[in-house]
Amino acid sequence: MSIASPAPQPAAALGAILERHDRRPEQLLQILREVQEHLGHVSDDIQAHIARELHLPLTRVRGVVGFYAFLSATPWGRYRVLFSDNITDRMQGNMDLLDHLCRRLLLEPGHPSEDGLVSVDTTSCTGLCDQGPGLLVNGRAIPAISRERLDLIAELILEGRPVTAWPAELFAIVDNVCRADMVLDNDLDPGDAVRAALARGDMSQVEQAANTRSWREANVAPPQGPLATLNEIRSANLRGRGGAGFTTAYKWESCRNAQGEQRYVVCNADEGEPGTFKDRVLLASHADLVFEGMTVCAYVVGAGRGFLYLRGEYRYLLGALEETLARRRRDHLLGRDILGTPGFSFDIEIHVGAGAYVCGEESALIESLEGKRGIPRNRPPYPVTHGYLQRPTTVNNVETFCAAALIAAHGGDWYRATGTPKSAGTKLMSVAGDCARPGIYEVPFGTTVAELLAMSGAEHTQAVQISGPSGTCIGPDEFERRIAFEDLATAGAFTVFDESRDMFEVARNYAHFFAHESCGFCTPCRVGTTILAATMDKIHDGHGTPYDLEEIATLDRVLNQSAHCGLGHTSCNPTLDTIKRFRPAYELHLKDLDFEPAFDLDGALRRARQMTGRDDPGAHLTTEPES
Amino acid sequence: MSTSPTFTLDGREIPFEAGQTVLQAALTADVYIPHLCYHPEFKPHGSCKVCTIKADGRHVSACTWPARHGMVVENATEELDDLRRTLVQMLFAEGNHFCPSCEYSGHCLLQAVGYDLQVETAGFRHFFPVRPVDASHPEVWLDLNRCILCELCVRASDEVDGKHVFGLSGRGAGKHLIVNALSGRLADTDMAATDKAAEVCPVGVILKKKAGFRVPIGERPFDREPVSAQAARYAPRPPARHREED
Ligand SMILES: Cc1cc2nc3c(=O)[nH]c(=O)nc-3n(C[C@H](O)[C@H](O)[C@H](O)COP(=O)(O)O)c2cc1C
Ligand code: SF4
Ligand code: SF4
Ligand code: FES
Repeated sequence: MSIASPAPQPAAALGAILERHDRRPEQLLQILREVQEHLGHVSDDIQAHIARELHLPLTRVRGVVGFYAFLSATPWGRYRVLFSDNITDRMQGNMDLLDHLCRRLLLEPGHPSEDGLVSVDTTSCTGLCDQGPGLLVNGRAIPAISRERLDLIAELILEGRPVTAWPAELFAIVDNVCRADMVLDNDLDPGDAVRAALARGDMSQVEQAANTRSWREANVAPPQGPLATLNEIRSANLRGRGGAGFTTAYKWESCRNAQGEQRYVVCNADEGEPGTFKDRVLLASHADLVFEGMTVCAYVVGAGRGFLYLRGEYRYLLGALEETLARRRRDHLLGRDILGTPGFSFDIEIHVGAGAYVCGEESALIESLEGKRGIPRNRPPYPVTHGYLQRPTTVNNVETFCAAALIAAHGGDWYRATGTPKSAGTKLMSVAGDCARPGIYEVPFGTTVAELLAMSGAEHTQAVQISGPSGTCIGPDEFERRIAFEDLATAGAFTVFDESRDMFEVARNYAHFFAHESCGFCTPCRVGTTILAATMDKIHDGHGTPYDLEEIATLDRVLNQSAHCGLGHTSCNPTLDTIKRFRPAYELHLKDLDFEPAFDLDGALRRARQMTGRDDPGAHLTTEPES
Repeated sequence: MSTSPTFTLDGREIPFEAGQTVLQAALTADVYIPHLCYHPEFKPHGSCKVCTIKADGRHVSACTWPARHGMVVENATEELDDLRRTLVQMLFAEGNHFCPSCEYSGHCLLQAVGYDLQVETAGFRHFFPVRPVDASHPEVWLDLNRCILCELCVRASDEVDGKHVFGLSGRGAGKHLIVNALSGRLADTDMAATDKAAEVCPVGVILKKKAGFRVPIGERPFDREPVSAQAARYAPRPPARHREED
């Protein structure tokens, strides 16, 4: 290619993308995401073109562009810098760093520079809390941001160097495995688990599974083939690692018994819960184990197709994951007649998300896989009977599939020997925040919070946020509690706050997270999370009263009782937990008054002051009593 | 002998047909459960949450929750009505609802449910969002200030009119109604005043031009009787193209 060759023509790039996705409506999100990546935005005209090519109404395309944070109809600049804004990033000074970069680039956050070169903004947790603060440049993740690294980044941007030609060390993300156990230390070679599952018997039951109401009725002989492996998953007492702790064998069995001509296996790699990054490590260094678990699942439930839904923030893992899939196809671990077993055909496709935490909710994830706005569905029916394209679908977390692969290879008894009677196996914990050694700790279920704090070198700990904002915040009197489904259930986040932290600010950060990520489908969450965030800001600004704390309790009740999905249900958890355990942190911000007008007289004059350029005492009004 | 299956709602026995949800069965039996995003001619949507009930002790949306034989449902309890009042306050706070000047006063379901539940205070600080009015179309105008995002117009246009005139974009508090035209103007869509989508809006967003204030005050649907006394009017029925005038 000569240096003089023209920049890629938008039309040609677009045509190729549409072609590659067969112009299928289910691929709409994937198409838009790729166009965004190529052209920096998806203009109105291109949206209209895509709508025509896919035979979709323009409203459908616009609705999707408007839903996902990483898609936009207007240009964001040739470089789009997004600072991760989890509480851990805040604690590591991301706001000062953002200011620093903005000053270097002479721009304001949220507004592209006049020459259209660059924009700087924030985004929800990017899953780099163990090596934060993190940021994304044109979707590529950069860890461990410092002033020095930002100076380099500013130079590269001003010089106009393409991100693909930036020094590789900027993008070096490490695993930080601090404790490994059965999953991270596994001794499996690619194919071992699938071979073990196949060795348990022949395929005769694959076909029977599809159309019998219950395999128990249909099969009196001792379980063979898929059923034998299902039995191992059952006896292992495997429960989902994505948060809800659903019994995996029951889910697989329901999917297997559901009527439908095609079944699907979906791996939930959306990992959006702030403070969680263990799936990142599994996908980066144990992708074979993940795919192995999905293939075993496909064998058990009788699925022919699988999806890995990768969060947009982990886009940088896509290339390596695709290579692993290609190798597995070459090794007959995917594709037709896997390992020479007639009728056992399964393949996996990767879909990349585009910045929407709610897409981690399994039915929203399925909507997103179908190329739509990620709105959680009405349930029942559940995905096991009516999932992708209304067909039976098993959705599991990345870590659940890893455990399933181990169980297929080593058996349920072996697996159950680790952990507690009610919580078998290990849990990968994403430890971050105020501790000496942040990273991944794979611990047997039953490990106490205190033990994890000691392992990670945390001192003077004030609080631990277990399982992210949608989980639980606990104080020192509860550090003897155990990581287990029967005590502290968790999807894996373990964020440590020492005594120097203002727990009110922690809760305020989380309140904004939920407001930003609410899908907006249901009234309580769409409006309630917005009111909650505004109330927390009001308290922060020194205008809060005890009345506001009561209002928060009301919001919590309403969200708990009536929100449509888990996001809304849990969105008040961090606020309520911290009010309960760290009330003094709130009281410091509150006024003594019982009532404070919601209307801020002085604040209302802010615009006028800006317009007139005045800031003298005469341009201020006060509701404070004169002292 | 076959008896039809039933569940109890606040102690009263409600029969239902297979496939009906709690709300559909209750309305068929002329028993009222507050609702906003539900419409008798459409598949339930489950987004406003005003129909929240307790079914066998669990909070669920009556409009989407399948009726089951022997189920015990709580509906008109103080706890649930309190929840509904808060949800109605949230919807009022989120949009710009100036009832005295709204042509749909007396017809509006949001207003009717608010009166019926005796929502007497604002409850929350109002958002006062800036939302445009679209008067571009010769026959129909849109006052988006009043939109409660129930998606009924979207569903009507998709499912009955086959036109896809309406859709939703944005998310969270930024969620908003859009129309199917590159210009974003209703005039540039296929919208017609005779569309189903022109008559399903429960609030005063989609209004026909040249027909304002036709029904005198005192004779409007919710002047005559509170919405809770009109349950049977909302019993499920197949989609009809033209609604009798209320
Ligand atoms: C708002 C929300 C976000 C979620 N995010 C994730 C996620 O990122 N990863 C995940 O595995 N599960 C997530 N879940 C849970 C999934 O809905 C689902 O329960 C899980 O993927 C099932 O897998 P498992 O049985 O293996 O845990 C989320 C749930 C909610 C309500
Ligand atoms: S609870 Fe929130 S995220 Fe879940 S459906 Fe409702 S609006 Fe969407
Ligand atoms: S315009 Fe009316 S029918 Fe359409 S979403 Fe808004 S409130 Fe519902
Ligand atoms: S009527 Fe049931 S959620 Fe709106």
